[in-house]
Amino acid sequence: MAEPRITLDEVLHVAELARLQLSDDEARQMQAQLDSILGYLAELDELDVSDVEPTFHSIPMDAPLRRDVPVPCSDRSEILAEAPESEAGGFAVPLVLEVDS
Amino acid sequence: MAGYEPVIGLEVHAQMGSRTKLFCGCPTDYGAPPNEHTCPVCLGLPGALPVPNEKAIELAVRAGLALGCRVAPNSRFARKNYFYPDLAKGYQISQFELPLNEKGHLDIEVDGHTKRIGITRIHVEEDAAKNLHGVGSGAVTLVDFNRAGTPLIEIVSEPDLRSADEAEAYLKKLRDILMFIGVNDGNLEEGSFRCDANVSIRPVGQEELGTRAELKNINSFRFVKNAIDHEIARQEGVLQGGGQVVQETRTWLEAQNKTVSMRGKEEAHDYRYFPDPDLPPLVFDAKRIEALREALPELPEAKRARWQKDLGLTDYDAGVLSAHPEVAKYFEAAAEGLAKRADGMKASEAGKKVGNFIQSEVLRHVSTDGLAATFPVGPTAVAGLLAVVEDGTINGKIAKKVFATMVDTGKSARTIIDEGGFAQVTDAVAIEDEVRRVLDANPSQVQQYKGGKTGVLGFFVGQVMKATQGAANPKLVNDTLKRLLDA
Repeated sequence: MAEPRITLDEVLHVAELARLQLSDDEARQMQAQLDSILGYLAELDELDVSDVEPTFHSIPMDAPLRRDVPVPCSDRSEILAEAPESEAGGFAVPLVLEVDS
Repeated sequence: MAGYEPVIGLEVHAQMGSRTKLFCGCPTDYGAPPNEHTCPVCLGLPGALPVPNEKAIELAVRAGLALGCRVAPNSRFARKNYFYPDLAKGYQISQFELPLNEKGHLDIEVDGHTKRIGITRIHVEEDAAKNLHGVGSGAVTLVDFNRAGTPLIEIVSEPDLRSADEAEAYLKKLRDILMFIGVNDGNLEEGSFRCDANVSIRPVGQEELGTRAELKNINSFRFVKNAIDHEIARQEGVLQGGGQVVQETRTWLEAQNKTVSMRGKEEAHDYRYFPDPDLPPLVFDAKRIEALREALPELPEAKRARWQKDLGLTDYDAGVLSAHPEVAKYFEAAAEGLAKRADGMKASEAGKKVGNFIQSEVLRHVSTDGLAATFPVGPTAVAGLLAVVEDGTINGKIAKKVFATMVDTGKSARTIIDEGGFAQVTDAVAIEDEVRRVLDANPSQVQQYKGGKTGVLGFFVGQVMKATQGAANPKLVNDTLKRLLDA
């Protein structure tokens, strides 16, 4: 079998960036699936696209711009009611410690 | 400490002065109660679509033009992916490939030498929400999305800076320019102008860069210098102790005078940028860019040079009077007003007189708040006051008293002098003596008056005022003159 296109370490790194905890079995399963996706995409490498403009967007249009005029905002109580927890007008999340104290 | 050379690059985030956010119509005003200025777009709710703010894009182009950048008629928005509670979507809309502005520069002066600092890029991005730690019950972090989506430009310098002093000079000049072109209010305390510093050191003579640390939380000019100097010393200590500098994000703790590692940001550099599918390419054609270049306000450095050349100011005076864009406008309006009123006065003379008066009398009454400034009286009123000094009605000493009354009452100089509402000679006998002396000394003008040229009355008034150093009550002088001449 050919060398996989993605290493197990890379799979675990991507999982960590996505905040996913994978068991060893799951990680190997992901590796196999990602390998086949990458293999599929690799077929595109066979095309010569040296004189093709890179595509940044699937619909050929320019971004419409908006005039700088304020519009009414959402109702705060309605928005906060959707949050699992809120306090003093803020969304409450687990305490973030930015530095070692 | 010899032997190592610091290498510093700065990333400045500057909030742009548009009324609404970058991708939605929520207002950007500072100080609203938490989460009052939010909507589905800036809260990152599923299905909400961002639409770029035209004004914000224009301001970003203006910044690029002022800093000598190549402005891209075609640029792109990208998603910068990371998880943090200040970012509801899990990504920040920023620019990566094809930013709006590239390859600019800023010339700084340190120790009398001019040095050109390269600007790699200036891209547009949205601000994150604000996290408040340890408030309320203290056991949670509270997230306020009022700031989320505020339009920012990130100005990334080349690693061309070699000392904390150079970094400080660069930041001050950058702030000055952004304020004068109306892009940013220059408010470090409220966080609308923020700086991160990438600091590394290397042995003198070595080409290759050392490992860098990214410093955050350096939100005053004093912090910048302190934090960078301390970080340089820390890295020297690490290397001299045989250790290695690790690439990490560190935050400056001013109270403890040191930088400490922010461990939570360890993976923060793997952002997996990709073009934002919600936002088509940003097209800002060359014609519009040229129109904005034409409309670019005069930059502070050019202004100071012009003032020294045409308006009679010294380098020092020009610096003081251009410390804030509104003060600069005020000075220019007052100088122009005086030159217009005082017939035949040179622009350089008017500029010098107005400049001196603003510095000695007006500035202490001026308060500034971001890009706004409050003045005790308008520039036209100051021009009016200095014009009556010029025509001899009052002298400079009295002018200061009149100005104080103008500040208190809001009345014009002329009205205050006519009303005689401050220390003047109102002794009728003393004034009559002075009037007689003036008439005796000028017989030919007396003949002219008696021959019907009553316009010379103004000449006599001026002479009496001059003789009394502006202290005589003008109305009394006027009445006395008429009485004696018409007798």
